[in-house]
Amino acid sequence: MATYISLIPAIPLLGFLVLALFGQKLTRKTIGIIGAGSVGIVALLTLIAGTEFLKSLPQVKSYSVVVWQWINAGNLKADISFSLDALSLVFCFVITFVGFLIHVYSIEFMAKDEGFSRFFAYMNLFVGSMLILVLADNILLLYLGWEGVGLCSYLLIGFWYKEPANGYAARKAFIITRIGDTAMIIGIFILFLSFGTVNINDLMQQASGKWAAGSPIAVLTAALLLGGALGKSAQLPLQTWLPDAMAGPSPVSALIHAATMVTAGVYLIARTHVLYSLAPIVQTAIAIIGALTLLIAGFSALAQHDLKRILAYSTISQIGYMFLALGVGAWSAAVFHFMIHAFFKALLFLAAGVVILVLNEEHDIFKMGGLRKKMPVVYMTFLIGASSLSALPLITAGFYSKDAILWYSISSETGSTLLWLAGITGAFLTALYSFRMIFITFFGEAKTQPAFLPGKTMTIPLIILAVFSVFAGFVELPKSMGNIHLFSSLVDNTLPAVVVNETGHSEIVFQLLSAIIVLAGIYLAYTVYLKKPALSESFSHSRLNRFFEKGWGFDKFYDVIFVKPVVWLAEIDKDDLFDWLNIGISRLALLMNRLLGITQNGKLRWYLMSFTVGIALILTYLICR
Amino acid sequence: MLTVPVEIQIMLAGILFLLGLIGLLVRRNMIFMLMSIEVMFNSAGMVFVIAGKQWRQPDGQVMFIFILAVTAVEVAIALALILQVYHHFKTLDADSVNKLRDSN
Amino acid sequence: MNTFFYIAASIAIISTIMAISGRNAIHSLLFLILSLLSVSVIFYLLDAPFIAALEVIIYAGAIMVLFIFVTMMLNIGMEGRTEKKWLRPGMWIIPSLLAAVLLADFILAITHVPVSPSVDQVILPKQVGISLFSTYLLAVEIAAILLMAGVIGAYHLGSQKKKITHRFLIKN
Repeated sequence: MATYISLIPAIPLLGFLVLALFGQKLTRKTIGIIGAGSVGIVALLTLIAGTEFLKSLPQVKSYSVVVWQWINAGNLKADISFSLDALSLVFCFVITFVGFLIHVYSIEFMAKDEGFSRFFAYMNLFVGSMLILVLADNILLLYLGWEGVGLCSYLLIGFWYKEPANGYAARKAFIITRIGDTAMIIGIFILFLSFGTVNINDLMQQASGKWAAGSPIAVLTAALLLGGALGKSAQLPLQTWLPDAMAGPSPVSALIHAATMVTAGVYLIARTHVLYSLAPIVQTAIAIIGALTLLIAGFSALAQHDLKRILAYSTISQIGYMFLALGVGAWSAAVFHFMIHAFFKALLFLAAGVVILVLNEEHDIFKMGGLRKKMPVVYMTFLIGASSLSALPLITAGFYSKDAILWYSISSETGSTLLWLAGITGAFLTALYSFRMIFITFFGEAKTQPAFLPGKTMTIPLIILAVFSVFAGFVELPKSMGNIHLFSSLVDNTLPAVVVNETGHSEIVFQLLSAIIVLAGIYLAYTVYLKKPALSESFSHSRLNRFFEKGWGFDKFYDVIFVKPVVWLAEIDKDDLFDWLNIGISRLALLMNRLLGITQNGKLRWYLMSFTVGIALILTYLICR
Repeated sequence: MLTVPVEIQIMLAGILFLLGLIGLLVRRNMIFMLMSIEVMFNSAGMVFVIAGKQWRQPDGQVMFIFILAVTAVEVAIALALILQVYHHFKTLDADSVNKLRDSN
Repeated sequence: MNTFFYIAASIAIISTIMAISGRNAIHSLLFLILSLLSVSVIFYLLDAPFIAALEVIIYAGAIMVLFIFVTMMLNIGMEGRTEKKWLRPGMWIIPSLLAAVLLADFILAITHVPVSPSVDQVILPKQVGISLFSTYLLAVEIAAILLMAGVIGAYHLGSQKKKITHRFLIKN
């Protein structure tokens, strides 16, 4: 068991090394096999380790293995040690499984690209870093993985580096997540200074023992770690990087910006949940941020033209749901939604990638259309993914996961009606924009003809993911519909169960409500976008629509508040203000030289005069003393 | 018997000295400057003689003799230099011999 | 006796003023000789007859004569035009001010020191000679060397060597 755990992050890193060093010399086929194969092997290992783990429940709740000593300096002891418990098992499963499918898909997707080996090297490095992140036993190793995925995100967003806009998007992503990372590392410092250890379990134990609930230091640390999570998961106010990150290839968007990296924030908060129960204010803040983000992103998605940008805003919105769940204490619901979301969002991105590829890099949905008949498989999988995203009642997995969140947002101890309202509005919006996307892209007349049809290597992963988007939800059914709690009972081994208010509401009512709202959203999308497109046309030219399209003006706001002053300062300092000190000193010396040089004009009488003045002054001073 | 107070005597020497100083500062012709210097030397020597009388010692007069010797030598050399300057610069203007200065 | 002192003093001051403010060099020099002669009178009144004699002989007789000869050799000051150009009345103000300040200091310094009144005692040349050649013998020797240096220096500095530039080096 211990070997499995230590091998899981190691194999993708090994794959990265091999591809980085020898990638140029290997054939495409070998590169594909190594790249996808390493993740596939890890997926297998995860399955094996997972079954062993499940067998050993409920006695052994976690396994840990120390691979080697990393830092041992004075008080600071950090090792490369991994621990597997229910939470990291779920995350590993998703990362490796979805990652494997995406790697297979990429073999065909990137087949004609010249950076083929570079792509798989970066992807393997990413998977390795992400696995380090979720398996890390101490918070420093977690931060290592955190930074690693940030680096790979930068590398992969700017993968087609010859286009300057891609580099700009990559830098934007890196810088904005860096702001969050800085907050996080300060939080880590505070934790280490307070408790003298970096082991996560020890930290959580000591924190619950030594810090009082609501104490300023707990609030501060929780808020700082939240800052890191906000950056990585693209929530308010650090959400502006994700739509631009769509400049990367579609498999990258699927893996990093849908399934895994952006959920690292969710993982962090879940992992350090003790801190958040010690700082209820911060937890409420998480819920509010989640609610606001999902609404803002939902509205923005409604106004986008670019297919991938719709999906990007949709990701921000869905992670908002996860944050909402975390904020009301519904830990297992958040992780459940994470898993389901990974499936359907990866599916949507991969399918979108296929569409864009066959339409010769066309991103604008208004230039697509009528693809239903031309690419039936892609259409079916896309439809399934979008239905799961909209939480189509009963038949999609998304319904169960989103519904759990909505239910807990009102029934949890720290939930409220407002949060539920936000969630339900978000569900309406989600249905609206997802089916807008479907109707405009796949229905109507074809404005661009597909150049070719995708091959099996691209379609099979789509089909597998579609199957999961439908059936994976059945592991967690609410009380009214079968009461299966396989998933939550697994996760509740590590995370606390959600505390539910015994209110008079019954779950069925809310489920009905959400079902109705979703169907209403789909019907509205059908009316406004398919049957009578003229209705949406007039709206799409309004100021409000443009406001939504620009992401509620956040980019412009940040530009004015942060970028412009820094650029202005840099412009002022163009001649290097601080160098003026040095130059100033030398200029002063030269000035003094010139001034004093005037007194050395070689005229005898001038010198005599200066003597006399000096004598007069000195004598006067001496005599008048 | 001279009953002029010593202060007056020394004041006379001081006035002569200052007159010489004024002459040195004002005039541009080098001969005149040298002349003013002579006046200053003379007044300095006068102070010595006055002091010697005050203390009833011959030292004052001895000092004056030395001053005289130095003055003589100084005048000789100075005039020789003035001759050189005149032959080189063709003028006796003290302001025009200002080559030894800061070149900025 | 006092009146002689005051008369000689005033002549000395007036002639010095005339000397330093004159435009003609020879006239100034002659005024200076006059000043020196009056100072010599003052020396005599100060019971220093030997010094009075030396003043006339060496100062007025040798040094001033040297001055006059050099002035005549350099042939300056006859026209007086350059002097007029150089000697504007406005130039007197600042040096006079400075001298006035110094005079004030001088007066302050002198009047603050109590001095016992002087006694009349003529110091004869004999005393001076004895002092000179016993106590100050070394100084006399040094003075002699100084004079020799002066002679050599004056001769050397006064000579002019004609500078001959080779005809090829003459710039047209």
